[in-house]
Amino acid sequence: MKQFAYTIQDPLGIHARPAGLLTKEAKKYASLCTITKNGVTVKAGQLMKLMSLGVKQGDTVTVTAEGEDEDTAIAGLKAFFEANL
Amino acid sequence: MITIQGKGVSKGIAKGPIYFFRSPDASVTKKTVADVAGEKARLAAAQAASIAQLNDLAEKCQKDAGEDMAMLFETHAMFVEDEDFVQSIMDILEEESCNAEYAVDEAGKQFSAMFAAMDDAYMQARAADIKDVARRILDNLTGAAAGGIDSEEPVLLAADDLAPSETLQLDKSKILGFVTRGGSGNSHTAILARTMGIPAICSAGEALLESYQGRMSYIDGETGQLIIDPDPITLAALKEKFEKQAELKTLLETMKGQEDVTLDGKKIMLYCNIGSPEDVTAVLNNDGQGIGLFRSEFLYLRASDYPTEDEQFEAYRTVAAAMNGKRVVIRTLDIGADKQVDYFNMKKEENPALGVRAIRICLNRPEVFRTQLRALYRASVYGKIAIMFPMITSVWEVKECRRACKSVMKELDAEGIPYDPDTEIGIMIETPASVLVAPELAELVDFFSVGTNDLTQYTLACDRQANDLGKFFDPHHPAVLRALKMAADAAHKAGIWIGICGELGADLTMLPTFLAIGIDELSVSPASVLPLRAAIRQSIAKTCTLEKLEC
Repeated sequence: MKQFAYTIQDPLGIHARPAGLLTKEAKKYASLCTITKNGVTVKAGQLMKLMSLGVKQGDTVTVTAEGEDEDTAIAGLKAFFEANL
Repeated sequence: MITIQGKGVSKGIAKGPIYFFRSPDASVTKKTVADVAGEKARLAAAQAASIAQLNDLAEKCQKDAGEDMAMLFETHAMFVEDEDFVQSIMDILEEESCNAEYAVDEAGKQFSAMFAAMDDAYMQARAADIKDVARRILDNLTGAAAGGIDSEEPVLLAADDLAPSETLQLDKSKILGFVTRGGSGNSHTAILARTMGIPAICSAGEALLESYQGRMSYIDGETGQLIIDPDPITLAALKEKFEKQAELKTLLETMKGQEDVTLDGKKIMLYCNIGSPEDVTAVLNNDGQGIGLFRSEFLYLRASDYPTEDEQFEAYRTVAAAMNGKRVVIRTLDIGADKQVDYFNMKKEENPALGVRAIRICLNRPEVFRTQLRALYRASVYGKIAIMFPMITSVWEVKECRRACKSVMKELDAEGIPYDPDTEIGIMIETPASVLVAPELAELVDFFSVGTNDLTQYTLACDRQANDLGKFFDPHHPAVLRALKMAADAAHKAGIWIGICGELGADLTMLPTFLAIGIDELSVSPASVLPLRAAIRQSIAKTCTLEKLEC
């Protein structure tokens, strides 16, 4: 399993637009991708649950990827967070 | 051949099947079913249809209204197939052996409640998105397709009359023209038809039978006729008109990209009236140079409760950004009179047109006003927004509006939220009182915009909703035109611009009078932009006269 921690910079947090994009990004990979905030973990592909985490600017989340393409997946997700969140 | 004579309220000819609009039934009843697998299959089909519709909408927006709107629909499409949402629908289906409609409705309620309970205004607002998505799946389940039009091909929409909230929900790509039993040239159906640039007939009366459903027909917005099974001579005449209409359209295409200037160099700001963010597409397609009237009522009419600041902000920002720096005049809440909203709990009035409406509601309910002003100012950094207050009669009202704006700006300062402090502030001139005190009002604002429908109604003491006032309701009346000139003179003396955002602005026969009066801006339905541009470019402002102001 690969993982990284990320502190959200976007003033709106993980709102609908980036959540939607993140869901799309996660679905590109065979690995199971998750987002954890304050001990609550959701799959990156679960759009509504992901939004219901209510991730705001300044919150730190842990992102993981587990599976055959986890290296590519974690690199892709990292790039995504840096570019969009 | 069957001919039904009504009143043509939006020009053009259209041919299509007649389709009677029925208000979608919002209530869902629970039924016990034996065949749960069958319900699952129905659900799968409704989901697939919903996703296809949403992707279509997203694609359309991508081309016309920008990426943000497109992303909204894409997100909705993702909601439709969201694992947890679908799982919860399936659970309800299996546990309760119920119909798919009930399961979707219940799951939609659960998930929207989850968002509504979050301690974040933005996420709370997403509850409405979930409801919207559940509604769409339900509509596909019941066969009431998006906008209540369950037809593969576009139709001639028939109805008694359409309420503003109904016209907003219609799937406009499915409509070729309107025919209504009641209504008038000023009814919302007529206004919508002119915005869309498609023909409409109203006051068709009882001759419009429900049994005509599905019959291939012609409507002619000029003669006001609906014709079913035309005889060969009538058919030939209709076809000729149809071809002429197509020719004219090609000719008007050449007007795109041209400047709105008369032969002697007088420039006119040629803007558009819109009623919802979706209408921006029509503005851009018709090369409107800005938006002279964005009616904010849609936010209130569409909702079942007060729209939140964030919902409003989204709508204003979307339009401002889509117009890319061109002026967008947004009119604050203008309900009351013919536009009623249940949750405002307004007292029933004998004379609603003379009652607590528009700015009067806002000044009576500072909280409602403040929410809208905050949303407007927050959106002001995304484009060139101008704020316009309706139904002004007194100087003190404008002063109070300005105070409300100032206090909102102060709040935003304190919260560190950016806004444009130079956002223009203007007022509607639509009451005789505002015309009479125009010189003082002009000192307080950046622009005037004349609402000719209401100005005519209040000047001539003619109810604009009444169908049988006929010749008494005359927007060309010298009294109305003189009022226009008085307001224009006051505006110019104070160095501010004046526009017209009522239907009269698109009246080509009035253009010389407007040029003589010195009107600076005309805001019309998007479909009227190109014909008006063609007329402006052939005019000579200097030779225009005020003869129409004579009795």
